[in-house]
Amino acid sequence: MGDEVILLDFWRSIFGMRVRIALAEKGVKYEYKEEDLGNKSPLLLEMNPIHKKIPVLIHNGKPICESLIIVQYIDEVWNSKSALLPSDPYERAQARFWADYIDKKVYDAGRKVWPRKGDEMEASKKEFIEVYKVLEEELGDKPYFGGETFGYVDLALIPFYCWFYAYGTIGNVSLEAECPKLIAWAKRCMQKESVAKSLPDQRKIYGYVLEMKKKRFGSE
Amino acid sequence: MGELKVIGCSKSLFCTRVEWALKLKGCEYEYIEEDLRNKSPILLKYNPVHKKVPVLVHDDKPIPESLVILEYIDETWKLNPLLPEDPYERATARFWAKFSDDKCLYGAFGACTAEGEAKERAIETTLESFGYLEKQIQGKKFFGGEEISYLDLVAGWIPHLLNVIEEVGGMKLVDAERLPSLHEWAHNFIQIPLIKECIPPREDLVVLYSAHLSYIRSLEPKKQ
Repeated sequence: MGDEVILLDFWRSIFGMRVRIALAEKGVKYEYKEEDLGNKSPLLLEMNPIHKKIPVLIHNGKPICESLIIVQYIDEVWNSKSALLPSDPYERAQARFWADYIDKKVYDAGRKVWPRKGDEMEASKKEFIEVYKVLEEELGDKPYFGGETFGYVDLALIPFYCWFYAYGTIGNVSLEAECPKLIAWAKRCMQKESVAKSLPDQRKIYGYVLEMKKKRFGSE
Repeated sequence: MGELKVIGCSKSLFCTRVEWALKLKGCEYEYIEEDLRNKSPILLKYNPVHKKVPVLVHDDKPIPESLVILEYIDETWKLNPLLPEDPYERATARFWAKFSDDKCLYGAFGACTAEGEAKERAIETTLESFGYLEKQIQGKKFFGGEEISYLDLVAGWIPHLLNVIEEVGGMKLVDAERLPSLHEWAHNFIQIPLIKECIPPREDLVVLYSAHLSYIRSLEPKKQ
């Protein structure tokens, strides 16, 4: 087809994982470029001069930034297979609403569960569980958020799964106990090759968090 | 068309952009004004997750979040398209809409409520963001070209609300000298009749935002 597709990314970026999954779902061949976020490449600075952040998808020389915008772009361009968004406008609106909820709530809730000084820990953990419980309620008894097939909302949320082991051990907040349906959903998603090959191993994330904790507090 | 309701607050910029979109599409709708200090059962029923306005209710199906609503309106009614057909141009419009809200709108809110050195920094950062938006409008009458589009509606708070935020916050962000293209766009945008008719009275906005600022100040710990 003659398409040149490059993804500027970083191994543990939740947002980058979303794009990897979307490209894999569509069977798009692309070049993966790992960025050193402490020493950003001239290409990244040229392609995303405003935010200087990954992921950036470069399609035939033209950059697209912001993970959910990239995913929608991928869905619209490579539209012959594996539709990520539903075709009905109301269902599309629902999907966009839940992806927006995930962006607004899940990322920040996760950042607050790491041990730190002060006594807001219990409140942070409670908030974290509440955010996920809302999602579990929305999932209900469906196999995926979109229904029978893996879609936009599943893709927006599943990258956080690779952080669950670290949340459970270092963060001391267990989603296994609190949100069993969501864990079952996550394991179902991980059966998909497009997801499994796009997410780093949970232990690798755990190792990273442990290292950060040592740096911050000097000891375990 | 079906039955359309907007649950909103006439002073909320997020609700105004929804009304603009509906009018552009020639849609008739019932407007239900919410008192946000005393949220109605209808709002809690249609937006249980965030409990916020606006919510568009189409044949009893609710859609919350203004940007989600705009895309729904665009996909459902084909008159006066808001987003372009080309996927790259759509991605670009979505990028700038998100940028405009995250950096310009919330930047202006932040600069309004900040004080001292933090205020100076916030003003500087927000000015930089408006500078990027300025580049997007240069050489064009509207962000959509000759006709208004998605990004015009999303940035549409600037002509009527920004100088209210500036006045309440005691600062200046956009003027004809610093950001001439944006200033001119603002002037053109607000002349459009269906745009103008949805804008709340300026005094009401000054009262609202002044009250909001007082509330924020009251939450701060008292300085010794």
